[in-house]
Parts: sequence; C-alpha cells; structure tokens
Amino acid sequence: MSEYKLIDHTYDVVVVGAGGAGLRATFGLAEAGLSTACLTKVFPTRSHTVAAQGGISAALGNMGADDWRWHMYDTVKGSDWLGDQDAIEFMCKEAPAAVIELEHYGVPFSRTEDGRIYQRPFGGMTTHFGKGIAQRTCAAADRTGHAMLHTLYQQSLKHEASFFIEYFALDLIMENGECRGVIALDLSDGTLHRFRAHMVIVATGGYGRAWFSCTSAHTCTGDGGGMALRAGLPLQDMEFVQFHPTGIYGAGCLITEGSRGEGGYLTNAAGERFMERYAPNAKDLASRDVVSRAMTVEIREGRGVGPLKDHIDLHLEHLGPAVIKERLPGIAETARIFAGVDVNKDPIPVLPTVHYNMGGIPCNVHGEVISRVAGSETVVPGLMAVGEAACVSVHGANRLGSNSLLDLVVFGREAARHCARVVKPDAAHRAFKADAGDSALARLDKLRHAKGSLRTADIRLNMQRVMQSDAAVFRTGESLGDGRRKLAEVFASFAEVQVTDRSLVWNSDLIETLELDNLLGQAVATMHSAENRKESRGAQAREDFPNRDDHNWLKHTLCWVDAEGDTRFDYRPVHMNTLTDEVEPIPPKARTY
Amino acid sequence: MAEFSLPANSKVRKEGRLFKAPAGAKNVRVFKIYRFDPDLDETPRLDSYEVDMDACGPMVLDALIKIKNEIDSTLTFRRSCREGICGSCAMNIDGKNGLACVSACADVKHDIKIYPLPHMPVIKDLIPDLTNFYAQYASVKPWLQTRTPPPPDGERLQTKEDQEKVDRPSACILCACCSTSCPSYWWNSERYLGPAALLAAYRWIVDSRDEAAGERLDYLEDPFRLYRCHTIMNCTEACPKDLNPAKAIGEIKQLMAHRRH
Repeated sequence: MSEYKLIDHTYDVVVVGAGGAGLRATFGLAEAGLSTACLTKVFPTRSHTVAAQGGISAALGNMGADDWRWHMYDTVKGSDWLGDQDAIEFMCKEAPAAVIELEHYGVPFSRTEDGRIYQRPFGGMTTHFGKGIAQRTCAAADRTGHAMLHTLYQQSLKHEASFFIEYFALDLIMENGECRGVIALDLSDGTLHRFRAHMVIVATGGYGRAWFSCTSAHTCTGDGGGMALRAGLPLQDMEFVQFHPTGIYGAGCLITEGSRGEGGYLTNAAGERFMERYAPNAKDLASRDVVSRAMTVEIREGRGVGPLKDHIDLHLEHLGPAVIKERLPGIAETARIFAGVDVNKDPIPVLPTVHYNMGGIPCNVHGEVISRVAGSETVVPGLMAVGEAACVSVHGANRLGSNSLLDLVVFGREAARHCARVVKPDAAHRAFKADAGDSALARLDKLRHAKGSLRTADIRLNMQRVMQSDAAVFRTGESLGDGRRKLAEVFASFAEVQVTDRSLVWNSDLIETLELDNLLGQAVATMHSAENRKESRGAQAREDFPNRDDHNWLKHTLCWVDAEGDTRFDYRPVHMNTLTDEVEPIPPKARTY
Repeated sequence: MAEFSLPANSKVRKEGRLFKAPAGAKNVRVFKIYRFDPDLDETPRLDSYEVDMDACGPMVLDALIKIKNEIDSTLTFRRSCREGICGSCAMNIDGKNGLACVSACADVKHDIKIYPLPHMPVIKDLIPDLTNFYAQYASVKPWLQTRTPPPPDGERLQTKEDQEKVDRPSACILCACCSTSCPSYWWNSERYLGPAALLAAYRWIVDSRDEAAGERLDYLEDPFRLYRCHTIMNCTEACPKDLNPAKAIGEIKQLMAHRRH
C-alpha cells in the first residue's frame, strides 16, 4: 500500500457530510469550542438539502392558531405510529425556536403582510388534532432548502469551521465496537486522510439513487449507511421509502408539495379530482404515502393521462400568474425546462417518485447511534448520526412534507449540544491500532484496479431496475421475493466490476464504484426488510397484508447486511412514551385523511 | 505589431480520440469535449464522442452521463442535483457558460463543444479549481451582521417590499458561470472580486436586517475589488438563474457615490 500517502489528523469531533444537518452540527460544534472537521464529497452548497423546496414546519402560528402538540399529533399519525413519540415531541417542541434561530441567521424567508415568516399549508399538517388545515410550513418562496443551506454554510464561514471539501469518506475506523475516526480520500490529489476523533457524526443523507427514478441528486448514495453496514452495525426501518406524489413524469425532478399547499390539485384522465374519493377531508393535501397510492391505483385502473395512460396531471393554472411568480417561481422554471409546460396554461405531468428514506442508522434523540448486542440495546461509543442518514425515528413509516428540513436543524443542533456535554475540548486521544484503516485501503486499492467484465454503470442500472420494479409503491410477498433473488444476483455481480480510470486525481470512475458499493448494501437491506415485514404501514403497502398489524409489527426493524449480501434481523420497541408530561402519548388508531 | 500567444502547455490539441457511434444509430450528434489528464505530460486535447440521441436524454448533462456510463468512464465532470439548483455542473457549452443539466442539446445546432469554465486552473477534464472563487465569496463576509440583538422570542420583522430586495440576489447558486465569463475577472481574478462575490455582498447590503452596510462598502472601496467591473454585462448574460449581478454591482457603485456626497 506504499503507493498511497497517508496523512493523519486529530480533532475533537469529525462530521461527515455538509448538508443541512452536517452544517448545523459543524458550526454548533465550532461555536462550543470543540475542534471540528467537516468532510464532504461535494462543496457544501451542492449538498442535496439545496433542492428542498416547500419549506420547514414549525408551529409558529403566524397565519392562524397553532400548537406544537398539534404538530406532534400530525407527525405521529403521519408516521403511522412507527415514529418514536419522545423524539417527535422533542422535534416539534424545538421547532419554533429552531426556525426563529434560522431567521436570526439571515434566512431570506418569504413574509406575511405584517412582516412575519410566511407559512403555507402542507400535506398532513392540521390544527386541533386533525380537525382543521394548518398553515405551518415556513417558506422562502419554493427554494427553502437553498435558502437554508446557503445560510448554514455562511454561519459555518462565520464560525471559521474547518472543512475538508471534496473528500470522500471510505470507512469508519472501529476498534472493539467503538468508533475512533474515519478514513477519507482527497479527490483532488488522491491522498488518504485518517481522522482521529472522540466523536464521528455521520450526516451523509439518503440513498435515493438505489432506484431508477428518484428526485434525489446523483450524489445521494447513502455513503454513511454503507459505512455503518461495513462496520457491522444495523440499519433501521429500511423498508420505509417515501414516494413523492409529484415527480415530473420522465425526468423525475421534484415539484414541491407546496404547489398543492398553494391550491394546486391532481386529476386523472377523466379530469376528475380523484383525491376526494381517497381522502375526503384532506384531499390533495393528504399524507404523501396516501396520495402516491391513490395515483398508482388510478393509473393501474386505466385512468392515467397521456398516450400511455401512465401518469397524472397536476394543475396550477387556476392559481394565477401573481401567486406563481411570488410563491412558486422555481416550479414554473422546472416545469418549463423539464416538461415543456407553461404552468399558467397547462397541467404538469407527474408520477410518484422515490424521494426520501425514512430508514437509516438507528439513533436516539441526542443522535447517539444505537445497536443491539446479545439481545440488549447499546449505544455505539464514538458514533452519532443526523439527518436523512439517521433514523431517530421521527418519521416512522412515512415522513410528512417539511418535517425533514426541521429534522436537519433540530437534530444537527442537538448533536452539537450533546458533543459539547460529553466531549472535553482537546482531550487526549489514544493512538490508533497499527492496522487502523487498512481494510478500507485494501478495498480502495482492489476497486481501483478492478478488471472485471461489468461496468459500474451497468451494475448500478441493474440494481436500479430491480429496486424500481420490486421495491415499489405496492408490494407483495411474491414481488419482494423476486426482487430479493434478482438483487442477490446483482450484489454478487459486483465481484465482476470493472474500473477503467486508474488515476488518483479526481477519479470519479472509482468514486462512483465506491458509491455503488454503498448503495448495494442498502438496496439489499430495503428489499429484505420489506419482505420481512408482513403488514401494511405508512409507505410499506403490502397487498398480501393490506392492514396495519400493531399486535405483531408495532416495532422497528433492525437489519444487518454482511459482506456476502446476507441479512439478519432484530427489532426495537417503538417508544410510545413522551419525553415529558407536557403532552399525552398518542395511542394508535385508524389512520384516515 | 506585437504577437501574443498562449503558453505552450495550455494550447488545446484539436486532434483527440474519436469514439464512433454504435452501428445502426440514426440520430447521431458529435460532442467535442476538452480532456486534460494531470497524470500525463501532455497538453489538453479535444476528444470526439458520437452519441445516439435516440437513446439519450435531452440535456447536455444527460449526454455527458451517457458518455461516462457507456463509452468512456474516464470522462470527469462534477454533477449532482440535475435540476439547476446545486450549481455543480457549470461548464462552457458551445462557447457559453451554463449548467449542463438545464442546457438542452437541441439548442446547439452544430457539433456540441464542451470546455471547462474559462480562465480557471483545470484539475482534470471539466473540473476547474474553484478555490479562489470560494475564498472571494468568503471575503465579503456573507452572513448577517448586526449590533442590535434580535427579539428574544420571535423573528426580525421584514416588510414584503424589503424582502423583495433580497429575494432574487439571495437565489445565487455559486456556480461561477458569471465570474468566469467576465473578461475583467479573467485579467484580474486575484484582485477583482468578480460578479458572484459582489452579488453576495450586495445581497447583505440591501437586507433590511443587516447593520454592516458601511463596513461592507468600506471593504469594496478599492480600485480592484469593485471598480474592475467595466459594465461588460457578460455576467448577467451568463447567469443560469436569470439573476442580474451587473445591476447589483451598478447599485453598489451608486451607494459608494452617494456616501461620498
């Protein structure tokens, strides 16, 4: 391995990823006086948080009565009772202060007539425990994620946080079940960097690119989840994958739920507003899993639009140019570029599209990673996770729109606070074991010189096609069994991968191969977990088990995937208790909108 | 008359490799792409890729990804969101700076030539080194600066009219299309901040919540940082988000003039 130059670094805390959660943690840590490094494979403002559109939820009550307890109720119900109620209480209660803090940092929020933060309706967000429609989602036009991510990066500049930009994290460095650091590749010159830290915070985002059609960026390859699996840690609730109702037909680009929040609606080939049949109260603003299933049923029953009857129309024409210009300018631009549609005149062709992973690295309300060893729950020392990479779980079986931007800032901030409580600045570090990072180096070297017969892109496409057809909106034991077998073949074929770029400077052929490796493990975890869970709950719709089964399945799935692609399962109880006595637990009941 | 020529190692050889389209392809277009491999002791070259457009998405980024996936996996470029919001895939397409993900191949009528953003150090192929560009952005202190503490329990109020002043300028995606299209920036990129950084400064100068406009103007009061803008307007022409950095720079100059008199 002498070909690789290895450079050592020591920090109090290392954050992997510079999206919303990673940045919020990073400058929180810098502010707390902890020496902090943030590693990121893309320049921070390129992270996928930038593409979030509609907004961030918080019961500010700027547009009418609101209460964080109503927000909590909606989130628990949205999660189909799989969300941990203590964590949901924490998030919803912290939300108003977190959003106000963002405003104080300078986020250019849209404003009401009286100068307050503008809030719009969003799916599943109600008042008085389901009785009215809430206006809870704080928006900066339809580029709220962009506004937030840039502001969080600006705060990181202000706090002079240390960034390692265009560094690709290869693996966690684990010693006897404890995380000691992380090893990363500097894309610009191919040098390897070993970071030693008292705490590593994984903030690497989701793995939407395991599917053929997704709203996710090319870089959403779940690198943290891949590292966790290789470290022998489980992933939680991976069967729960959110299909956003309105991805642009063909291109897959996101059209915000805020477009329905502002009054847009869906129609089928007969021009019928079919959501009235599926969700008589919330209609087009029902929860995302509900709307995506309704659209899929309409298409399956022959009522799709277009020559192939394979998509649905989203109407914004009636909103008028003034509302479009002020509230949805980015949507108008995206629809024009990717669908050739003038939203003032014609509907946008849309289709449910993979959008968000509710599952991820299991952790508690502080962000500490949880595993189960010999039948009992343990905290993994030295390791934390935040954002879409994590599963706290606040989203349970289905996330509500605008709760993910909230998740990022609340838990990014809490992770920094937690580190400030438990890590002493500049505390001495033990030396690494002599072989720390060697397995990651060996893997890197093997893949860099891989001379197999299959291109990275071919294996990736095979995986994406299996996931698209079998880890879909509707699932059956048969389709998932089929998917499991096909995916095993794809997984095995990775041994035959071929990398043609042998260089060390910006070798994106190699990086895409490492990313594929990360995706494959999570694809397997998703398919196996979905086959294993024999009920329908939130985003998991099993046609052979159409009902929710609280007796047997009110529990989190933990799934381990080994190097051969074999899985094993264990479970964690859902926290049905609240964190404090400021709110009553919300017992499970039938979920209708 | 004096003769000028480029340094020998920056001349692009026109004769690169040619990758033919598969037999039977009916709708073939040629992509001529700048290639530079830092590991080789060679000047950059233009490789030609014939792409079957019947099996390719409409955007330039779709073609680049198809080439990387199916023809030549060593081709190197940045990309992420593929919908024009992350700013990764900025490059020079048919002589104009733009984002590959929102540039339609059909808008170019001849062979599609693709180069990295102009006048930047090239790391490899279409990847420019943006270190200086990012440092200039950071130099304008692009964060809210106030002396007055914010209200303890609520947001700072801002009228819709005041919000409108920052709404467009804050939509910059830092793609660098504007700065790298500016001849003045080409000449003086070490000392002239360029349109992107100046737009970022303007975004805070006009934010009703910010209280450091004076200090921000002080920093820009410099023959190079601000005044190397000669109103060429390439920046505004190049911006893929339809922003107007040239106008922002003009307004900063006006503010400078006002405070002098």
